[in-house]
Amino acid sequence: MYGLIKNKSNLKVEDAIYDETVSAGDGWMHELLPGETLRILDLEGNQAADTTFYDMTNPEDHYGAVTTIVMQKNIYLTTGSVLRTESGKPLLEITADITGRHDTLGGACSSQSNAVRYAREKIDMHNCRDSFMLQIGKDTYGFKKRDLAPNINFFMNVPVTKDGKLKFDDGVSAPGNYVEMRASEHTMVLISNCPQLNNPCNAYNPTPIRLLIWDAK
Amino acid sequence: MEKIWRKTLKPGEKWSGNIGRGKYIQFKALGEEANVSMLLYNMRDTSERYNMPDTLKAQYTAHLTKGNVLMSDNGRVLASIVEDSLGWHDTISGYTTRMMTDEKYGKTTYQESRNDWQRSGEENFLMELVRNDMGMRDMVPCVNLFSKVYVEEDGSMCYERGHCKEGATVTLRTEMDIVLILSNTPNTLNPLEKYPAVPVSVEVFNAPAVDLMDECVNHRPENHRAFENTWDYYHLLGL
Repeated sequence: MYGLIKNKSNLKVEDAIYDETVSAGDGWMHELLPGETLRILDLEGNQAADTTFYDMTNPEDHYGAVTTIVMQKNIYLTTGSVLRTESGKPLLEITADITGRHDTLGGACSSQSNAVRYAREKIDMHNCRDSFMLQIGKDTYGFKKRDLAPNINFFMNVPVTKDGKLKFDDGVSAPGNYVEMRASEHTMVLISNCPQLNNPCNAYNPTPIRLLIWDAK
Repeated sequence: MEKIWRKTLKPGEKWSGNIGRGKYIQFKALGEEANVSMLLYNMRDTSERYNMPDTLKAQYTAHLTKGNVLMSDNGRVLASIVEDSLGWHDTISGYTTRMMTDEKYGKTTYQESRNDWQRSGEENFLMELVRNDMGMRDMVPCVNLFSKVYVEEDGSMCYERGHCKEGATVTLRTEMDIVLILSNTPNTLNPLEKYPAVPVSVEVFNAPAVDLMDECVNHRPENHRAFENTWDYYHLLGL
């Protein structure tokens, strides 16, 4: 399950009920109904799609990164991974994955984390947390900063070594790679297509992603 | 050194309270395989809280020990780790839920077991969050003092048995005024079938002022910048 195994989808693009391209540096917020499938397509390769979820029957229960990895006893996400809320409720399951491994320990970049990690002068650079905040600031659901908990970084490679080191490596994704997940609950999806220019998470070249949705079969 | 406050957390016990900056908080395991789950928030603005990803990626680590700092989502240092007899504390294995606790150790109820019932980290945290005017929305990945969880090459998570010995200590130094929430509940990945029952003592002392030679400040340039952000915050408040 965790050996970078490719697992292709049977869904056809022409059957999708939603098909949009999201540029790097933009946010996206969209509801999924139970049974709907979301595909995130890495158009040009090595892009990072920072993604989080909320249970719309209880929006106070956000995606739980650590709950998700502890319940599968593995830090990487791939086909078969059940994406859970903080309280442990299953929201979605990854049903297809061409990259074979996605990160959920690295969180999202922010003005503050850029300033800490690279230089204080980098605080003005655009970042994922700003995209998240702009999206929830514009929506009418009432999400606040306190609802922004650690997220998933689809297509991002953050290896952890047995001796407890963590590093950011070149992406393991490639042009046309995708990951698909099917919602089992009414779920809000919040994505920031990462604008990071300071580390190799998106090969120093942020590029667009394409988002497709299929209805329940 | 003047001891300000002392408490022993019984197995299953929780605690929360405000602790001002510039205090040492020393935790001591009074038995083997202790685990204290811990959350930290900025007392003045609890939307600023301990951030596991920012803490780990800024320090290029997947575990916590002496020299490391616990960073907030606003790029500041909530607390530093100034002493550690173990070399490894966890922050990737979360807290036990009620469901996990019942499945692993058998269901207990207050009605049958009174105060010996088996508490969960989830419920302990939730009660203390609500006590501090927060709730489920504010639940985030915690620190697990005394536990070692390492990751194999394929990503699988392994709890190391016997890592924490009786008498093991770890000392934090608060760098901000914080809300601290503690839960003395088992590590999620501890394979032991019996509910671990290890008391942990907590002692608070006044700490000397931090200077530029400090090990946590100089651990990495990232740490230094996070300290600068923290000092700026208090300078701007006039504190």
